[in-house]
Amino acid sequence: MAEIVLDKPGEKPRIGVYVCHCGGNISDTVDVAKVAEALKGEADVVVSKHILFDCSDASQNEMIEDIKNLNLNRLVTCACSPKLHEATFRGVAQRAGLNQYLSFHANIREQSSWPHGDDPAGATAKALAQARSAIAYMRDATPMEALTSGSTQSVLVIGAGITGLRSALDLASMGVQVYLIERLPYLGGHSAQVGGTYPTGTRGDAIVRDLVGQLLRKPNVTVFTNATVESQSGYVGNFEIRVHIAPRVVVGPSAHFNDAIAACPVSVPDEFEYGRTARKAIYQPRAPVVPNLPVIDLDHCTRCGKCPSILGGAVDFSQRAEVLTLKVGSIIVATGFDPYTPPQGEFGYGAVPNVVTLPQFERLLATEKGPELTYLGRKVRSLAYIYCVGSRQKRAEGDGGGPVHEYCSRFCCNATVNNDLHVHERFPEIRAYHFYRDMRTYGRNELMYEQAAKQGSIFVRYSEDNPPRVTTEDGHALVTVQASILEHDSVAFPVDLVVLVTGMVPRDNQALNDLFSLPIGPDGFYKEVHQKLRPVETNVTGLLIAGTAQFPKDIKETLLSGSAAAAKASTFALKTTLELEPFVASVDTSVCEASGGCLRECPFGAIEMHEYEGIGKRAWVNSAVCKGCGACVAVCPTEAIQLAGLTNPEVRDMIEALAR
Amino acid sequence: MPAPSDFEPKILVISTNLISDPGIDYAGSAHVHYPSSTRMLRFPCSSMVRPEFILHALTHGFSGVFVAADGGDCPFLRDCSDRTALRMQRAYALLKEHGIEEGRLRMAGICSVCSDAFAKNVKTLYDAAKRMGPVRGNGREATT
Repeated sequence: MAEIVLDKPGEKPRIGVYVCHCGGNISDTVDVAKVAEALKGEADVVVSKHILFDCSDASQNEMIEDIKNLNLNRLVTCACSPKLHEATFRGVAQRAGLNQYLSFHANIREQSSWPHGDDPAGATAKALAQARSAIAYMRDATPMEALTSGSTQSVLVIGAGITGLRSALDLASMGVQVYLIERLPYLGGHSAQVGGTYPTGTRGDAIVRDLVGQLLRKPNVTVFTNATVESQSGYVGNFEIRVHIAPRVVVGPSAHFNDAIAACPVSVPDEFEYGRTARKAIYQPRAPVVPNLPVIDLDHCTRCGKCPSILGGAVDFSQRAEVLTLKVGSIIVATGFDPYTPPQGEFGYGAVPNVVTLPQFERLLATEKGPELTYLGRKVRSLAYIYCVGSRQKRAEGDGGGPVHEYCSRFCCNATVNNDLHVHERFPEIRAYHFYRDMRTYGRNELMYEQAAKQGSIFVRYSEDNPPRVTTEDGHALVTVQASILEHDSVAFPVDLVVLVTGMVPRDNQALNDLFSLPIGPDGFYKEVHQKLRPVETNVTGLLIAGTAQFPKDIKETLLSGSAAAAKASTFALKTTLELEPFVASVDTSVCEASGGCLRECPFGAIEMHEYEGIGKRAWVNSAVCKGCGACVAVCPTEAIQLAGLTNPEVRDMIEALAR
Repeated sequence: MPAPSDFEPKILVISTNLISDPGIDYAGSAHVHYPSSTRMLRFPCSSMVRPEFILHALTHGFSGVFVAADGGDCPFLRDCSDRTALRMQRAYALLKEHGIEEGRLRMAGICSVCSDAFAKNVKTLYDAAKRMGPVRGNGREATT
C-alpha cells in the first residue's frame, strides 16, 4: 500500500550491497563471501561485494564510484552496529548524490559474528537474513528530508569538580552560554582536596582556583552552588531543566565570621578532610566559594540563634529555596566519584587507630605544616602503604553476589608513589614500605616508581590470596605479610601509620540517574555509547558524560575528558538549528476513521483532530511536536497513521525477509 | 506430533533503537552467546509493536517473538512498560483467536546494558519454541 517514490523518478530500485569483513571481526565467523554471493541473486540487487573495511576511505569512494557508474539508487551496508556507522554511510549516499535515507546499515557484527562466534554457519545464515531484510526495506524506501529544529546556544554542566570546570571553561571560550551547577556550596570537587598532584607536585586546589578564576572572568558563565536538577524535559537543542537552589543563608559580608564560627555549638565530621577532623555548622570552606563567604550546613544547624546575634544582617534564615528554569541545547554530566571507604576491620580500618585511607593521608600531608609528620600526637617514623584496597576485588563463591569492585582504579599506584616521593622530600627520616599486588605506574609515572625505589622505599609484593593483616601492638600498627618472594615465612612490620590505598567507586546518584535515565555499566559507572567511537555520549542525543562519573581517571585524564565533552556539546550548542531525523508519524486521511485512539495514545500532544473540507474529521500530526515513538501506530484500527521511515508495509516486508 | 529434534525455531527479536538494541549490541560486544536462529528488527520504541506484527511473524515462518522492551529507560514514554504490556495483552488474545500458543510470545524490559538478561530471555523463548515445534493452527508454517 505504500506508494513507491524513487529517488530518480521512473527508475526501478538498483541496490548496491557491501558486506564488511571488519578486519576479521565479522569474517572470522560469518562467511562474508558466501553472503555477498547469495545476495547477488536477490531481486533489484545490481552489485554485491565483500570488503575488508566498509568504513575505510577507499571503500567509501568505491561505493560512490559504483553508485555513479552503475546508476545505483539504494545503498545497503552490512557491518557493525548502526550506532557506529549508520551516519557514515548516509554520508556516502549523500556524497554520491542520493538521498541520505536511501542507505541502510544492517548489523552483522554486534548481532551476528560476535554473539555467534560458537556457530559460524548460524551466524552466516543470520547475517544473510539481516541483509535480505535490509534489501527488502530499501526496495520500497522513499527519500526523506531531515527535519530542522531551533537550538539553544547554551549548555548545562552538572558538577563543578575539575572536569565540570574544564568543560565549562572550554564552552565559555567558544562563546556558548554555560550554566554550571554544583550540589555542594563550594567548587572544585575532590581535586581541591589533593595536596600534591603527580607528576609536577602542583597542589590540586591551585589548579582548581586557576580554573575558577578564569571561569569567573567569562561573561557568559553562570555558576549555581547548592544546586540540584529537579526535573528535565525536551530533547537535544531544546532541553528544559528546572534547577533547585537551596538557601545559602549567609547573604552579606561581616567582620565577625570567625566569632560566629567559634560560637557555633555544632561539631560534625568535616567531609573536606574525609572525616579526619571536625567542623562547625557554619564554616569557611577551603575550596573556592562563590561568593567568597562562609557557608551554613542547614542539615546540621540547630538554629541556636548565635549566628544572627553575632552576624546581624549578614545571615538571613528566612531565605527560601529557588527554582530556576534553564533552556539548554546540551547537557554534560560530570558528577564525579566517591572514594572507596573500607568496611570496619578491612586491613584494620576503624579498628586499628593508626590506619587511614589514601585521601585522608593526602589531607594529612596537605595540612601538616611542621617539620615532622605527626599522627594522633605521635611523630611518624615509618609508614606502610597497602595497595589495591577496594579495587580488583574478586567475587567470592557464595557471597550472595553483592557488589564488588572488579576494576583497577588506575590513579592510585601513581598517587601513592607520588606521595611517597613528597614524604621523602619533606621528612627524609621516614621509612616507607609498599605492600602491592601489581605496580601500575603507567607511562612516565614509571619514573616516579623508579625514584621511590632508588631513594630506599621498600616494595613488597603480596598475592591477593594472602593479603597483609593489620593488627595493633604497643601503639604501633603491625603489618604481617606473606611476601611473594618468601615461600613460607611471613614478615611483620611495625609501623606508625598504615595508608590504605583506596580507589574510586561510583557515586550514588539515584535521583539524577532516574531523571535522565543515565546508562550505568556493570561496574556502576556511567557507560558511554562506544569507548572509542562515541566516548562521551549517551544514547540520548545531546546528553553527555565526562570525568570520573564514567570510570576512574586521574586529574590529567579527567581534564581531557572534560574538554572532549565540551567539544562534543559544542557540536549542538554552536548551531542555531539542528537536523533531526524525519521519522515522524503521518496520517493517510483517505483511510482514517477518526477513532481518536492515536490522540489518546500520543504522550506529546502531537496529534489533533482536524476538520478537512469535504471529508470531515481526520487525525492530523504536528511533525514539529512528534517524537517518532510510534505509540500511535500500534493502536490505529485502520493503519491510517504510520511512521515515516518504518511504515507498516516496511515492517511486514522486513519480517518476511527475516523469516526466509 | 512431537517436534523433530533437529527443528530449529526462528525467533524474531523486536528491539528498540535507543535502549534494548544497544543492550543487544552489548551482548555481542561481550561475546555473550544466544541462539543464532534469532532475527533482529529495530523499532523506535516497543510501544509501536502492533499485535498484528506479531501475528504476521508467527504466520510467516517465525516460531517465537521476543519483544525487547524499553522498560523504565524509555526516552519517549514514562509508562512505556505499561503500554507495551497492553500491546502484549492484545497480542495474546489475537494469537489465541488464531490458535497459536501464547508461549511463543515473550516480552521483557532490556536496558542498554542488559546483555545477560537479553540472552537469558531469548534462550528461554527459544527452548519453549523448540518444545512446541513449528506454528500450527492458522499458522502458515504448518503448511510449508
